[in-house]
Amino acid sequence: MKILVPVKRVVDYNVKVRVKVDGTGVETAGVKMSMNPFDEIAVEEAVRLKEKGVATEIVAVSMGITACQETIRTALAMGADRGILVETDVELQPLAVAKLLKALVDKEAPGLVIMGKQAIDDDMNATGQMLAALLGWPQGTFASKLTIDGTTASVTREVDGGLETVALALPAVVTADLRLNEPRYASLPNIMKARKKSIETIKPADLGVDPAPRLTLVSVAEPAKRKAGVRVASVAELVAKLRTEAKVI
Amino acid sequence: MTALVLLEFDAAGIKQPSRSAVAAAAKLGEVHALVAGEGVAAAAAAAAKLPGVTKVLVADAPALAHALAEPMASLLVALAPAYSHLFAAATAVGKNVLPRVAALLDVQPVSDIAGVVDADQFVRPIYAGNALATVKSADAKKVITVRAASFDPVAAEGGSAAIENVAVAVADAGSRFVGAELSKSERPELTAARVVISGGRGMQAGENFRLLEPIADKLGAAVGASRAAVDAGFVPNDYQVGQTGKIVAPELYVAVGISGAIQHLAGMKDSKVIVAINKDEEAPIFQVADYGLVADLFTALPELAAELGKG
Ligand SMILES: Cc1cc2nc3c(=O)[nH]c(=O)nc-3n(C[C@H](O)[C@H](O)[C@H](O)COP(=O)(O)OP(=O)(O)OC[C@H]3O[C@@H](n4cnc5c(N)ncnc54)[C@H](O)[C@@H]3O)c2cc1C
Ligand SMILES: Cc1cc2nc3c(=O)[nH]c(=O)nc-3n(C[C@H](O)[C@H](O)[C@H](O)COP(=O)(O)OP(=O)(O)OC[C@H]3O[C@@H](n4cnc5c(N)ncnc54)[C@H](O)[C@@H]3O)c2cc1C
Repeated sequence: MKILVPVKRVVDYNVKVRVKVDGTGVETAGVKMSMNPFDEIAVEEAVRLKEKGVATEIVAVSMGITACQETIRTALAMGADRGILVETDVELQPLAVAKLLKALVDKEAPGLVIMGKQAIDDDMNATGQMLAALLGWPQGTFASKLTIDGTTASVTREVDGGLETVALALPAVVTADLRLNEPRYASLPNIMKARKKSIETIKPADLGVDPAPRLTLVSVAEPAKRKAGVRVASVAELVAKLRTEAKVI
Repeated sequence: MTALVLLEFDAAGIKQPSRSAVAAAAKLGEVHALVAGEGVAAAAAAAAKLPGVTKVLVADAPALAHALAEPMASLLVALAPAYSHLFAAATAVGKNVLPRVAALLDVQPVSDIAGVVDADQFVRPIYAGNALATVKSADAKKVITVRAASFDPVAAEGGSAAIENVAVAVADAGSRFVGAELSKSERPELTAARVVISGGRGMQAGENFRLLEPIADKLGAAVGASRAAVDAGFVPNDYQVGQTGKIVAPELYVAVGISGAIQHLAGMKDSKVIVAINKDEEAPIFQVADYGLVADLFTALPELAAELGKG
């Protein structure tokens, strides 16, 4: 079985982003970029399925500017076999990403797509569900456990009240939650090997998709800052302040 | 212009995040509500009492019993032509179902909105809430999930909407519910609680979460946790507060043994009053805390339980 893993290049999770002074977006110039952490989990899961003999090939896909190649290289160093870059300067929103992925799935015919449940920049939490819809495939979102048994994927999902398990007829789309696994660090030899793996570059037009955004950004603002608080010296002072000053207990 | 809101419910009635979604939808005009599931007459009756809802659509069928995304999405797509906006709370169910609906309608969804500007423009937090984007949708129909913590829920009673049954023709889409392991708790739900007390890695072990219980009992609080505490197996996944867990905005949030990483702050920094208890006076959590107590939690928590007992 072939597995397709979409990987997104995002601002590193350690960076505290700043809103541009003119309110047109956030500052990304000179900021450290990394693979979306949920996508690392997705790649790891695919690699483990390959190590178990369930998967035969892992294709990592990224969409966006040329630099997304670095993200694909990271996936290749973790164990993906080859990469596809859908190169565009257009700002891609989940609907466009899902349409592009659908076109790639039609071409590549994977038995499973594993991706992140959300990207930590836009926090849309949408692309996997949308891809599943466009393909008419079942979806297992927010996965904390995945087992493949022949033609069925069993997915344990993190839901509001705890955990839920669904059985999906393959092919299916699975989106990774934090506790699906702990992604490995790529070893130096694997990073070297990854340089020799192939990355194919294509354009949205090659896939017959118009990636034009449907949402326009009107403005970006900084959220209201919290007022600096006070230190209390004891538990008794804390409780007194909560009772008489904050009046919340 | 009429909006349809997908409601979630349990034996106690319509869930609070869904009542917040109704409040968000009501800012635009008329609101209809959808109750879908198996054996949902009581939920439909509860929905009809929500102020601001003028009609309740009821879809009752075995295929809808577990709110699986595939049948729920086909149902919503079938109902969509009559509506300008489709809403749901940004809960596990809403986030699972609505993007699927959107793709089937060729619409770019607007996820997790924290504000309604007008029929086309919405405010949504991005980058773990470090920026607030106002976005304008060019799609004819809008598909929206609502950050419940940002909208005061409508009351549970006061309205009297008409109830209408809708036919359900749901094809098998390859998914089947197998089972659920839900955490049992007598406490209020995290996203609905007036007070939340959360423990982090500093709690050191699952059994130490017991130290939070007498305090939670006295304050009527829900218990939450940081990702580190969940990853370490101290508490189940549904306790996680943060960018990628639950978003809460209670009257009072007490963070115990939590450092205050941006991903955690993203889930609680809109709380009205924040208290931090941490032994490291440099911990970033103190930068957002209204009241900071530098102390060892293993002495502070029993003291806090005793002090609250005095009142
Ligand atoms: C208002 C707004 C403003 C924006 N501004 C900019 C901007 O200034 N610059 C800019 O570059 N983009 C911009 N974007 C696009 C944005 O960065 C995302 O690419 C897009 O919105 C997808 O959302 P998400 O990544 O949060 O999706 P999610 O649904 O959260 O992503 C889930 C998963 O989908 C997959 N995925 C998503 N995108 C890709 C991708 N490109 N390649 C491979 N896999 C992917 C990953 O597996 C990811 O884990 C903007 C989007 C919006 C809505
Ligand atoms: C993609 C991604 C998503 C994430 N999503 C989330 C999320 O949704 N929610 C979330 O919480 N995190 C999330 N994180 C993790 C986040 O970055 C932090 O790692 C996490 O919040 C740290 O948890 P903590 O504060 O409990 O642990 P630590 O950072 O280890 O802090 C423990 C604190 O306890 C204090 N302490 C220790 N012992 C005591 C004692 N005896 N008495 C008092 N204080 C004590 C220490 O001083 C320290 O400040 C995410 C990370 C990533 C990469």
